[in-house]
Amino acid sequence: MKQSANTPRRGWGQGPLVQIMLSRLREFYREPEAVFWAYGFPLIMTVALGVAFRNQTDQPIAVDVDSSVASAAQSVEETLTKTPRFQVRLNALEECRVRLRMGRTDLVVIPRADSAGGYDYWFDPARPESRLARSAIDDALQRAAGRQDPLATADREMVEPGGRYIDFLVPGLVAIGLMAGGLWGIGFVTVDMRIRKLLKRLLATPMRKSNFLLGIMLSRLVFMIPEVIFLLVFARLAFGVIIQGSVLAVAFLVVLGAFAFAGIGLLVASRAKTVEAVSGLMNLVMLPMWILSGTFFSSDRFPDAAQPFIRALPLTQLLTAMRAVMLEGAPLLSQWPNIAALAAWGGISFLLALRLFRWQ
Amino acid sequence: MTLAIRCSNLTKRYDGRPPVDAVRGLDLAVEDGECFGLLGPNGAGKTTTIEILEGLLQATSGEVELLGMRWGRDDYNIRQRIGISLQETKLAEKLQVRETLSLFRSFYDQGLEPAEAMEKVSLGEKARTWVGKLSGGQRQRLAVACALVGDPDLLFLDEPTTGLDPGSRRELWEIIRDFGRRGRTVLLTTHYMDEAERLCDRVAIVDQGRVIALGTPRELIASLGGEHVIEFTVAADPDTRLQCSELESLPSVETARREADHLSLSVGHPHLALPALLAHLESRQLELASLNTRHASLEDVFVRLAGRSLDAEATPA
Repeated sequence: MKQSANTPRRGWGQGPLVQIMLSRLREFYREPEAVFWAYGFPLIMTVALGVAFRNQTDQPIAVDVDSSVASAAQSVEETLTKTPRFQVRLNALEECRVRLRMGRTDLVVIPRADSAGGYDYWFDPARPESRLARSAIDDALQRAAGRQDPLATADREMVEPGGRYIDFLVPGLVAIGLMAGGLWGIGFVTVDMRIRKLLKRLLATPMRKSNFLLGIMLSRLVFMIPEVIFLLVFARLAFGVIIQGSVLAVAFLVVLGAFAFAGIGLLVASRAKTVEAVSGLMNLVMLPMWILSGTFFSSDRFPDAAQPFIRALPLTQLLTAMRAVMLEGAPLLSQWPNIAALAAWGGISFLLALRLFRWQ
Repeated sequence: MTLAIRCSNLTKRYDGRPPVDAVRGLDLAVEDGECFGLLGPNGAGKTTTIEILEGLLQATSGEVELLGMRWGRDDYNIRQRIGISLQETKLAEKLQVRETLSLFRSFYDQGLEPAEAMEKVSLGEKARTWVGKLSGGQRQRLAVACALVGDPDLLFLDEPTTGLDPGSRRELWEIIRDFGRRGRTVLLTTHYMDEAERLCDRVAIVDQGRVIALGTPRELIASLGGEHVIEFTVAADPDTRLQCSELESLPSVETARREADHLSLSVGHPHLALPALLAHLESRQLELASLNTRHASLEDVFVRLAGRSLDAEATPA
């Protein structure tokens, strides 16, 4: 009954996996907003964080001096203004208190009224810059009062690329980009397709379910590649962030990370029937990783008891491996436990999603 | 004749409070090469039935056989040979017509080239248009093209023309007829009786989850006893209400029934029945307020069997 003349041999480009990927890529690139959020947002974040945390050696220190004892206050001002780094203001004590509380000043110096002289330092011990200001100002005032340091010391500064905060930050941004992209990108798209009954229509064809899920994952992976390249090139040009290890190793980790988070994204989206439900689930999954995995500061700061849990998170594994390769130039093989764990996250999530996936 | 679709004693219960029995013991035998229609009002169980046949819903009980194969055993092979257009198919808005068809084509081992499929539904000029920019009728044609692109032996269409303008409906009918002319089987659902009459070789009238009549449109209409209908109203006169029995004694009148706002006679030969009716009204001193004669339709068959019109929602039993 079938007309065989209708069915010439079809090339690989007409195969279902390629077609599913192409469809997803086309839909994505035809949505300018999606492109902006996928590619522009991580870049903006890098710029913002890079500027905020650029080398802070000469960060100014803001000091307020209580002006109630006018002569003492003026002599403090005179002493401190010799150091250009100190930004000194004379204010009434109440004004000083408000400014300290709001973080507008790092330290308040209160000259003592009694004949022996001396100062009270008022600062916020929870703010690193406030503690820094206390010790720097104390040093300056003690020396001005004639203190002699018994030991000779000299400063050497660590400014070598690879050791700065921005170097620490960029692999983290790449990793959270892969996480957020994998989860949001896949989660929203699949739930949207479910709501619009597109999945039901596809289910009505002989399409293999594994092809569909794999196609969605792979297309996500393809989107991520320009995003990561963009970010790394930008970080290189703007902040001089260089990759110490092999570029191929970084590329491998990026692909593996995208795969792992795409798999997790599919799993998270496998049952959700509404966008609200999937958003909640994704936040639930991502929040612990945002906080614990050490994107913005080293996760070693969390208590020892939490460390096994933190190490089990895929973002931690990706971050650790990325930093080892990018910052320390470690060979890829040295990261095999992290690599194996990430592959397991992606593979197991994919297989679970295949079983649990709700098509209509 | 071999059967393209056979299902017996199909039931579907949706759990809930109270549970809803959408399909209650439905049998169908659709022959190879025929265009078969499930006709019934909204809520009759048509979509539930067709989705069970399409393997998209699990029946509560009953057996289904498509092209000699069964769901749960030969799913992949069945899917290779059937084409489906869902009620309101929503396709990806930002894909072009051609891209959408390439995607669907990729799932089938054999079938039409996307260009051929577009040609069949006259969307060739829209090949590079985004799906989101198509009109309602064009989208529906694309949905049918997606069903045709695997060159199926059996085509399922759920309410293919609902919501379309008359021109688009006729275009779709032509596409479906063309498919049928090549010896393929079509099962469609509709609540338009004219669609069923024009398109279908046989029709099953479905109401409240059961088949209440089955046959060719001609047979079903003939089963009314008369192929014509006379509808009339008389100026109100509460003391002398016309009895259906007195009307049924008029020549060539097969049945008479009182409907909401008029009386309806099923008539074999209007040229005999009409003069007799007028004379009878005169003798009863009743004034004719309106009079209308027409050919009987499947609607009349439904009204006769279900006791209400097709437009009304199915009332839960």
